[in-house]
Amino acid sequence: MLRIKNLQASVEGKKILNGLNLEVKPGEVHAIMGPNGSGKSTLASVLAGREEYEVEGGTVQFLGNDLLDMSPEDRARAGVFLAFQYPVEIPGVSNANFLKTAVNEVRKSRNLAPMDSKEFLQIMKEKMKLVEMDKAMTQRSVNEGFSGGEKKRNEIFQMAMLEPTLAILDETDSGLDIDALRIVSNGVNALRDGNRSFIVITHYQRLLDYIVPDFVHVLYKGRIVKSGTKELALELEEKGYDWIKEEVAVGA
Amino acid sequence: MSTITKYQTASTAFVQEAEVFADLYGKSNPALTAIRKQAMAAFSSRGIPTMKHEEWKYVNLTSIAQTDYRTASPADSQKLSKSDAEQYRYAGQDAILCVIENGKLNVAASSMSDIPKGVRIGSIDDFSSDAAVMSHLFTHASFEDEAMVALNTMLCYSPIIIKVDAKVKCDTVIQLIFATVPGVDPLLIPARVLVVAEEQSEFTVVESFHTHGSGALTCNNIVSEVVVGKAARVHYAKVQVEGDEAQHINYHKVNMARDSYQHLTTLTLGGAIVRNNLNIRLDDEQVNAYLNGLYVLNQKQVIDNHTLVDHAMPNCYSNELYKGIIGDEAQGVFNGKIWVREDAQKTNAYQSNKNLLLSNQASMNTKPQLEIYADDVKCSHGATTGQLDDEALFYLRARGIGETAARSLLNHAFAADVIEQVENEKLRESLMQLLDVKLSALQIEA
Repeated sequence: MLRIKNLQASVEGKKILNGLNLEVKPGEVHAIMGPNGSGKSTLASVLAGREEYEVEGGTVQFLGNDLLDMSPEDRARAGVFLAFQYPVEIPGVSNANFLKTAVNEVRKSRNLAPMDSKEFLQIMKEKMKLVEMDKAMTQRSVNEGFSGGEKKRNEIFQMAMLEPTLAILDETDSGLDIDALRIVSNGVNALRDGNRSFIVITHYQRLLDYIVPDFVHVLYKGRIVKSGTKELALELEEKGYDWIKEEVAVGA
Repeated sequence: MSTITKYQTASTAFVQEAEVFADLYGKSNPALTAIRKQAMAAFSSRGIPTMKHEEWKYVNLTSIAQTDYRTASPADSQKLSKSDAEQYRYAGQDAILCVIENGKLNVAASSMSDIPKGVRIGSIDDFSSDAAVMSHLFTHASFEDEAMVALNTMLCYSPIIIKVDAKVKCDTVIQLIFATVPGVDPLLIPARVLVVAEEQSEFTVVESFHTHGSGALTCNNIVSEVVVGKAARVHYAKVQVEGDEAQHINYHKVNMARDSYQHLTTLTLGGAIVRNNLNIRLDDEQVNAYLNGLYVLNQKQVIDNHTLVDHAMPNCYSNELYKGIIGDEAQGVFNGKIWVREDAQKTNAYQSNKNLLLSNQASMNTKPQLEIYADDVKCSHGATTGQLDDEALFYLRARGIGETAARSLLNHAFAADVIEQVENEKLRESLMQLLDVKLSALQIEA
């Protein structure tokens, strides 16, 4: 589904990704961990198409297409979803109106007729339950005045509405208390259907107790330096990153 | 020699023309003739303001001063029909349409057959025997200080008057359609409105400004005087959607009596140069005044909003929200003054001006001014000018919304709250539609 080869990217002239390789198959959940500044959020931003990030080399294939050649909206329409680390507040645009526009733009790109209001409301009601969101939140402006937990729930709610093929969760757990973490994780798990793939970027092993990954990768200095299964996350939790850094230093 | 200079130097021909207007109504009302003659004197001593004048720093009236205008005359024939006027209807099928074509009431094009009881609309002739109304005419907007008011006062030949009797609540919107029909020669149109809201009355007035057809340059020189009686509630909208070449100078004076309320929305989408001068005087206690504005500009449009909220008495509230979206090489000016006089203790006055610039060539000059002479007041003002939030734009695109659609969604969201405050639902929907048409026409620079 997703094949990243030798990806190199920089922001404001500073090179962050230094030849990253990753392959994600349908239905897989990949966790990406790593110390601060290792390039985790840069990877998410590059995959979503943020313009400040300059790709200097490498390729990213998504369902056989060159992802890097697509605009952010085309990536979303093709089925890539980024759950933002810092969801943006958009005063004056109601959550419901925003989502309806997004859902219908995605449908339009797939030559589907726009969803009518009744159908949309029905689906929205259903998906709201996934993240225990109340109706008032859909009437409010996008993320405006939302608490940290509400913002993250809103991201997962949007994901549920847009039904992506590949979801990238960029530190979705940061700043969440245990209840919010549980709600968000339940929402994600409900969307695991054997075909949809996830890249879960996180600092903390804790999240992976809830969203159990198939693979865990350690990102360091812009490259994946170690891969394993969920046990690797436990090891990192216990021992920190220093041993990885040493391994890399020795290897170099 | 251009029209304006001729008026200014009081050249014989033009003084004669002005005197003809003055005499037209002078026979029945010598007091008005006297006022017009004072206005002529004031205009000839002041002349058209230049850009050296602090209040006219950004709007260049030179082209107006130098154009050889013909002044619209009572003898001009009128072209608009009822069906022409219908396309400008903004507040539903039952709204009263009063068409003012080139400054003169066009009865044939108007729809004024179902005017509710207690409401009167007409030209000066219809009110000549109403001494109470006539006592307000020409008395609120000061021509001593403003040359363009003086010009209007000496030349307007057919003021339109709306009077709503005490305790009358009129749900039918009254829309004044100012249709400019350009001709072969440049045309100066002095039009005048007087609205008298008697005690405890409530109603909605819309002034809309249109260019009907094409031709030589036109310049609207509009003065509106609104007298809000005790505990009266007046909802007012000024909708400026003239053509690309139109010039428009507007004075709007509101005088508010005790316990009264007024809500004024100025929407500017059209015109080459538009200058709005709003002067809201809170003349007694417990007055609530809302003053909102929205301007969306492209190409080389120039809009200058000068507002004065004049708190003369204690215990009043005013709230002013002006927003602008400026694209291409357009230019916006906001000069908002809140004046809290010595007696106006316990005043609450708020002002905000927010702007979005869509291109590198677009510009905005904003100047909030607070002059406070009372010591127990709450006043605030704020002004921001920025660009569309890139993060918000990316967020929308990351959800599959195309760049153009995302930009217009954000522009709409920025502007819509001004229009959402318009109370009448049909009017609100029409204004929202006008806004969206204009937004989709904006030249968007990525």
